[in-house]
Amino acid sequence: MSLDKPYTDVPGTTVFDADMSRLGYHLNQFCMSLMKADNRARFKTDERAYLDEWPMSEEQKQAVLARDLNRCIVLGGNIYFLAKIGATDGKSFQQMAGSMTGMSEEQYRDMMVSGGRSVEGNRYVGEKK
Amino acid sequence: MAHISASVYTSHVPAIGAALDLGKTAEPYWQPVFKGYDFSRQWLKDHKPDVVFLIFNDHATAFSLDMIPTFAIGTAAEFMPADEGWGPRPVPKVVGHPRLAAHIAQSVIQDDFDLTIVNKMDVDHGLTVPLSLMCGQPQAWPCPVIPFAVNVVQYPPPSGRRCFMLGKAIRRAVESCDEPLNVQIWGTGGMSHQLQGPRAGLINREWDTAFLDRLISDPEGLAAVPHIDYVREAGSEGIELVMWLIARGAMSDVNGGDKPTVRHRFYHVPASNTAVGHLILENN
Repeated sequence: MSLDKPYTDVPGTTVFDADMSRLGYHLNQFCMSLMKADNRARFKTDERAYLDEWPMSEEQKQAVLARDLNRCIVLGGNIYFLAKIGATDGKSFQQMAGSMTGMSEEQYRDMMVSGGRSVEGNRYVGEKK
Repeated sequence: MAHISASVYTSHVPAIGAALDLGKTAEPYWQPVFKGYDFSRQWLKDHKPDVVFLIFNDHATAFSLDMIPTFAIGTAAEFMPADEGWGPRPVPKVVGHPRLAAHIAQSVIQDDFDLTIVNKMDVDHGLTVPLSLMCGQPQAWPCPVIPFAVNVVQYPPPSGRRCFMLGKAIRRAVESCDEPLNVQIWGTGGMSHQLQGPRAGLINREWDTAFLDRLISDPEGLAAVPHIDYVREAGSEGIELVMWLIARGAMSDVNGGDKPTVRHRFYHVPASNTAVGHLILENN
């Protein structure tokens, strides 16, 4: 029997469910390790060496090195965990969220100040905007 | 006998805490957000409870993927503000109320809700930002706080219906406590926001407004709204709003009593990536 997943047709959105959590377990636990200052320092000194301490896939490691958060999410990353990478890099949550939208930091900030992204045309994949 | 006198609902955006801690509250960007809580800070001074039962979610801080409790009640004597990667917020430690927390835990579990009991937990912005918004920057928080963490990080969170029923069980638990405690219940998180993917930045003022309306006048109907509606209409992180239904379920009117008085209502876009919503309901 398969699980009911009514959320797969929401555009630009990955729901972090049990399957994604399984896929991203080590990626997210690596992120969690960055909550400790010592680990942040070791990661910054040699990112690749630090990542190699974790049983993550090569794809996941490359996505982290490239700071490609959308790719990290496809590979099972959850935004609250990925935010620890942003904190390590000194990025705000708004900078992180904006980086996934294809907009510049200013464009994203302006969009938020003007009331945010409209839900119109953003409810279903393939919906006409 | 202990009783629930009021419920408070508020967003818990981390950037609000940062703005407060860094002294940015008077900046034009932040000024309207904090102004929306001027009334609330005075109200809390005038209606100081003995205990706040504070419903929030942990954001991969105290709970990693090691353990994912759906409902976790903090029964410790104190809880330290967590280091979320930027260092702990410069706010007072949170003093718990172990006696009432243990009483509620035992009562609610016997009432068929399988809570996880947590005796050691750091608390993140989900808990400390609502305290800051409601109390300002005191040397110590005005009263003990019972932290109650809900999983909304890994899907599925508990349903709105389950949250609403849990609120009723918490009310029964509080009312079965012999001590004459004045308890407020706070539901936090939301409103519409999405922090991930190409759809990040989603805000739905219309949906949020309807949510506030129904939370006041039709909470039972609102509790039937399925998760997918939150995700689609209010963003993937807007689903935090199910936590507000726990606080609402603990109010008198949905347990055979009178309608609450709406003491305060506030809505503002944006705080960082998020729509800020806030309500104060007093029991009559």
